[in-house]
Amino acid sequence: MISTRRHQVIAKIKKNRILNTLSKGKRLDGRDLDEYREIKFKVGVIERAEGSAEVLVGATRVLTGVKIEVGKPYPDVPDKGVLIVNAELLPLASPTFEPGPPDENAIELARVVDRALRSAEVVDLGKLCLIPGEKVLLLYVDVYVLNHAGNLIDASALSALLALMTAKVPVYEVSETGVEKTGEYKPLELLNKPITVTMAKIGNAIVVDPSLDEEEVMDARLSISVDSQGRVCAVQKGGSGYFIPEEVEKCVDLAFEKSEEIRRTVVEKVGEA
Amino acid sequence: MPGERMFEERDLVLPGDLLARGDFKVGDNTYKVGDEIRASRVGLVEYGEDEVSVIALKSCYDPKVGDVVVGKVVDVNINGWDVDIGGPLEAFLNVKDVIGSQPSPEIPLTRIYDIGDVIVAKIVDFHKTSMRPLLTTQGPGLGKVGRGLIIRITPTKIPRVIGKKGSMISMLLKETRCKIILGQNGYIIAIGSKRGEEMVAAALDKIERECHVPGLTDRVQEFMKSLKGGGEKVAAGG
Amino acid sequence: MPLVVEGKRVDGRGLEELRPIKIESGILENADGSAYVEQGMTKILAAVYGPKELHPRHLADPQRALLRCRYHMAPFSTEERRSPAPSRRDIELSKVIRNALEPAIFLEEYPRSTIDLFIEVLQSDGGTRCAGIVAASVALADAGIPMRDLVSACAAGKVDGHIVLDLCYVEDQEGEADMPVAYMPKLGQITLLQMDGLMTREEFDRALKLAIKGCEQIYEVQREALKKRYEAIERLVGGEGT
Repeated sequence: MISTRRHQVIAKIKKNRILNTLSKGKRLDGRDLDEYREIKFKVGVIERAEGSAEVLVGATRVLTGVKIEVGKPYPDVPDKGVLIVNAELLPLASPTFEPGPPDENAIELARVVDRALRSAEVVDLGKLCLIPGEKVLLLYVDVYVLNHAGNLIDASALSALLALMTAKVPVYEVSETGVEKTGEYKPLELLNKPITVTMAKIGNAIVVDPSLDEEEVMDARLSISVDSQGRVCAVQKGGSGYFIPEEVEKCVDLAFEKSEEIRRTVVEKVGEA
Repeated sequence: MPGERMFEERDLVLPGDLLARGDFKVGDNTYKVGDEIRASRVGLVEYGEDEVSVIALKSCYDPKVGDVVVGKVVDVNINGWDVDIGGPLEAFLNVKDVIGSQPSPEIPLTRIYDIGDVIVAKIVDFHKTSMRPLLTTQGPGLGKVGRGLIIRITPTKIPRVIGKKGSMISMLLKETRCKIILGQNGYIIAIGSKRGEEMVAAALDKIERECHVPGLTDRVQEFMKSLKGGGEKVAAGG
Repeated sequence: MPLVVEGKRVDGRGLEELRPIKIESGILENADGSAYVEQGMTKILAAVYGPKELHPRHLADPQRALLRCRYHMAPFSTEERRSPAPSRRDIELSKVIRNALEPAIFLEEYPRSTIDLFIEVLQSDGGTRCAGIVAASVALADAGIPMRDLVSACAAGKVDGHIVLDLCYVEDQEGEADMPVAYMPKLGQITLLQMDGLMTREEFDRALKLAIKGCEQIYEVQREALKKRYEAIERLVGGEGT
């Protein structure tokens, strides 16, 4: 019911409250500065897609669907499959999202999720070639934001990862006449599992997993993706503020710590689920 | 009795449900076609002497002249301030209401109320078809709010927060030691200690969820006492 | 491929049998109202924002609220991935769905404002416009928007010469006719009616009656979805403090 103005106005008393609480080392929802909201997930929610996962980080809800189809490879890499990541900030998800083609926020989100997957070489695209130069597998990863309560990047990256982890690849038979689906499926083996951790700078404080309120008052944010072997594979600074080098170092430390935590408590549970 | 009642008092009804037939008057959240009165929102039906109404369990805000509302300033222009009151239309506060004179370029309006300020105002004029709600901040208890926790509940439950003869609100004030500002538009401000404000938020959440179950005031009071005693972590509304 | 064998359809249903249907209300936090519907393999999410100020203001209707409706399918919702850009079908469906819901809403209560309705098809197995209307009605009631009645919707059609209820995708593609209907059961008013295919006069009448029957059944599930939350709390709370 709040009006959809181009720029959301945050109530000053709310902003002051956030800053006051932060100065005492706490956040509005009672979390510590380096604490994530509860993360819940469900895989295989869209049975007809080749892979899917819904992730909740607090109330932020993102659904990713993976579709695998046959298509032409890029001319400069004729023997590799293609990974395409797309993100939609659905108008369902927030009074500030308008219907229409992806805006700069949706495009940034898609590209940040893509970057981590690509740099970490999560999928061996070489294994997705059917007929070099002619037919390869196209891996479409569609990130669908269903509710925006802050930190879309981490929720999206995680849901894309879980969808890929549990995706099944259709097995094709290659003959002189072309390629045909055999009706069989095999799991998509991932070579790496990067986890993205986003931190927001509010005044002098750095908070992990910013809520919507915190994003509205933050100066800037930094998203850092760490892969299974403890290497940084993607970084993105967002927002119109700045970070000093010491703050960046602190963020990298936090990213290593929290990505390990998420790897243990979420990613490793996917096999069991 | 003017006609036939189709439900029992305080039954849960849904839009379209036939509530009564006959000469009943149309009350809140009902509509009449011919001699049939039907519900227009999800809620509890109430049969008065000659009127049928529904206490809506969830409703968008319907601005009315005389309502005291909590709003947020979202824009300012030479004539005054646009205020978001969570209703179907933004409200307007005329500069003349505050400085009682013609607008003058020397007085920066943002000095009086800035974008992002939360204000308590009263609706002095409103015509659904021809004008947006017009506000005033002149009057006791009206004006800018300097600090506090903003909580939102569905507007139709504000009477429940007050309670019969103020029983609920006075209990909340006593148990939390907060100042509580109630907006008819469903926005509430709690001002006090951090703990007190969080308790108000928790109480309002409980009231909103359980208001259709009798015995609410006692349950909320017990809940307040348990929060005070237990010292458990209470998540703020934010 | 025969679609009806000895009174049983491709998914084992009888001719007049609905697919299993599940409806939940109030599942999205930010939206003013929301609902999720599963009908067989079709999965739909609907959300409502409003009534609220329409920007730019000059687009507003001075006499009533605008109902803006967007029907959209997720790229992963169909067998073959589809582009997220709206197709001509999406645009037509957005319009007929809007027209199906407008008669139910007291739009004159909120002149100059807008009520934004978003329907997302997460998985499609036929009947998405009807399931979308079913979800939208529950979302509108969940948002506390005043309505004359809930709008229910269901399709009937002709498959292998038989008049059947609630066509799944394969039946819609391979069958002879498809007739989606939206209906307000308490008022007996039809707010959406489309048909494509070939039907005799008599088949048309039978299909319409059957679709209305389907609407009435689904209506009960919509009502349950709205009541569920309150009744659950009643049960939970009713035990204490008596």
